Amino acid sequence: MKVAFVGATRGMGRALARRLAERGEAVFLLGRDPREMDLSARDLESRGAAGPVGHASLDLAQPERFAEALDAADRALSRMDTLVVTGGAFDSQDDLAKDPARLAALLHANFTGTVLLCQQAAERLAARGGGLICAFSSVAGDRARRSNYLYGASKAGLSAFLDGLDLTYRNRGVPVLCVKPGFVRTAMTAGLPVPPFAGEPDAVARDVVRAMDAHRHVVYAPSVWRWIMLVIRVLPRAVLRRVQF
Amino acid sequence: MGAGLADPVARLTSRSEPSAPPLEPVAGWGRHPVVPGRVERPEHLALPDGFEPLVPRGLGRAYGDAAVPARPGGRVVESTRADRIRHFDPATGRLHCEAGLSLAEILRVFVPRGWFPPVTPGTKFVTVGACVACDVHGKNHHLDGSFGNFVERLTLLSADGRLVECGPAHERELFLATVGGMGLTGLIVEVVLRLRRIETPWIVLETQGMGSLEAMLEGLQLSAPDWPYTVGWVDCLARGRNVGRGILMRGRHASLAEAGTRRARTPRRVRVPFDAPEWLLNPLFMRWFNGFYAWTHGRTLRRRVVSFDRFFYPLDAITDWNRLYGPRGLLQYQCVVPRAAGSPPISDLLERLAAAGAASFLAVIKDCGPGSEAYLSFPLEGTTLALDVPYRGAPTERLLHDLNAIVLAHGGRVYLAKDAITRPDEFARMMPRLGEWQAVRDRWDPARRFRSGLSVRLLGDPA
Repeated sequence: MKVAFVGATRGMGRALARRLAERGEAVFLLGRDPREMDLSARDLESRGAAGPVGHASLDLAQPERFAEALDAADRALSRMDTLVVTGGAFDSQDDLAKDPARLAALLHANFTGTVLLCQQAAERLAARGGGLICAFSSVAGDRARRSNYLYGASKAGLSAFLDGLDLTYRNRGVPVLCVKPGFVRTAMTAGLPVPPFAGEPDAVARDVVRAMDAHRHVVYAPSVWRWIMLVIRVLPRAVLRRVQF
Repeated sequence: MGAGLADPVARLTSRSEPSAPPLEPVAGWGRHPVVPGRVERPEHLALPDGFEPLVPRGLGRAYGDAAVPARPGGRVVESTRADRIRHFDPATGRLHCEAGLSLAEILRVFVPRGWFPPVTPGTKFVTVGACVACDVHGKNHHLDGSFGNFVERLTLLSADGRLVECGPAHERELFLATVGGMGLTGLIVEVVLRLRRIETPWIVLETQGMGSLEAMLEGLQLSAPDWPYTVGWVDCLARGRNVGRGILMRGRHASLAEAGTRRARTPRRVRVPFDAPEWLLNPLFMRWFNGFYAWTHGRTLRRRVVSFDRFFYPLDAITDWNRLYGPRGLLQYQCVVPRAAGSPPISDLLERLAAAGAASFLAVIKDCGPGSEAYLSFPLEGTTLALDVPYRGAPTERLLHDLNAIVLAHGGRVYLAKDAITRPDEFARMMPRLGEWQAVRDRWDPARRFRSGLSVRLLGDPA
């Protein structure tokens, strides 16, 4: 694999990039903070990534520069064949509800930016014969909840998009994997109350690598969340309204 | 970059994050004592804003109060998310990493490439930073000494917020105070250490039943020159002429020829899902367990090839094994007495323990090589004994003070990474270089910004 990776410096992205590097894949980092990417690049090289790990600037809020970033990945990897997007925004429901600018920024990154990037990459990979796209959505997108429906809405949109992208591009050799993590203990979720079935980034990464290899189109991680969400999705609305959830 | 968002998590959360993380219970592996603390787990190790005291923490495997806040609500900086490798040189095995990297990660990444930690304690779930702060030792202490011997450089965040580098030749005093310094000289941010070359992930293991303490000590000594790893398991409940009976284990890394075609497997782990009831660890059960262990082996010498996990980390296969000791937790006791004292102090310790009927699964016995120059490093040339005792309040503490008295009478000391009950007067007598260490600490942290339950208990820090 020759992987262009958005979000490899932190949390689940860091764990997933490591798993890929450790089995000798080539990796190229895309993101905003060159110093952070530099640190992660050295980490991935030490762990066995194929060849030097380079990086280039990519900002999910600036779609007009996506092509440039993908070009840089293509050059460094002599044609990337995989795009992984774990980067995204997270914020508390209260803060998002109070501050329209923050809400707009979150929606823009999680939905608009990620959609535009994946769409463009899928077309690029299909045109040259195939590849793989893996993007991180969330179980929060499976059903709206009072406590995080704004974040959830951005991920619901993203899940719908990835579903459609897979339908369209799988036949052209580009399967699309939508990852739906449940609650995972990372810096992003620090300070939040930890629910039962919380996962660890490394276990998520292991599941995701397996799903990528198997060309699945959706994976819940930890896998128990598949069944939890199955139940939550069929809960009658009257129940959802009554429970603080 | 006004609307820059590719890594917006950092921006958004840093803005909305409350100034202090929520309270959570913080305890060592022995689950006694438990103190509520505010734990930060940053991906970049940094000192929190303000001048509040803080305690550095890794994976929480120190048993007592070493990584527990000095007072309820105190700050804890946990290093586990600062775990990136900065550089690895495959020609020399030199590893430069952030302090939160665990030995488990090092093993996972580097064993397949033929490298092994130079020194490892009995669990792999420890961070490199903690290995330095506790100057951990392992089954190879008689040959290689403790972890600090393999550290080439440390980067610390000192109390005034500066990044300071130190090593055996550079800022030597700070280095000697930090190795074994229990995190009280500064926050260890990065470590450069040397890994050991291995041919295979396998260990050639020889085990032999030993009928007495003298036989055990002699066996350890006879094995020392030829075996890089030696240790004994001792039946804690045997008394009289059986005191010290147990199993001697010695190992070395297997060569390719010895390993043959064995394939490494990820070890299976089971979990202790809840606190065991206290009656489980009753003296009868423990006697049976200890006796069973000795009986199944017999006196014969057996040789086989086992995985490194099986040899070094048998307890890591059981997640949360500390819960077996029930809700009140356990105290671990580890001491070392100088070689000159011979076997009497060890048999005294074992007799005292057996007399108290304090149930322990097994005691671990090991001969240590020459001690380190680090001021507070635990090992000294002699014999070390480690055992678990379920915590049952005042009687347990009394027992351990009795053990301390035996250790002190022979010029020995206890291991701070395990300790929860030693008193300041006892500690001062155990550590001849405490004054030198304190002088360095005074220079680097006069206001005692780095403070822990342990430093309040043993060093008179304000809580």
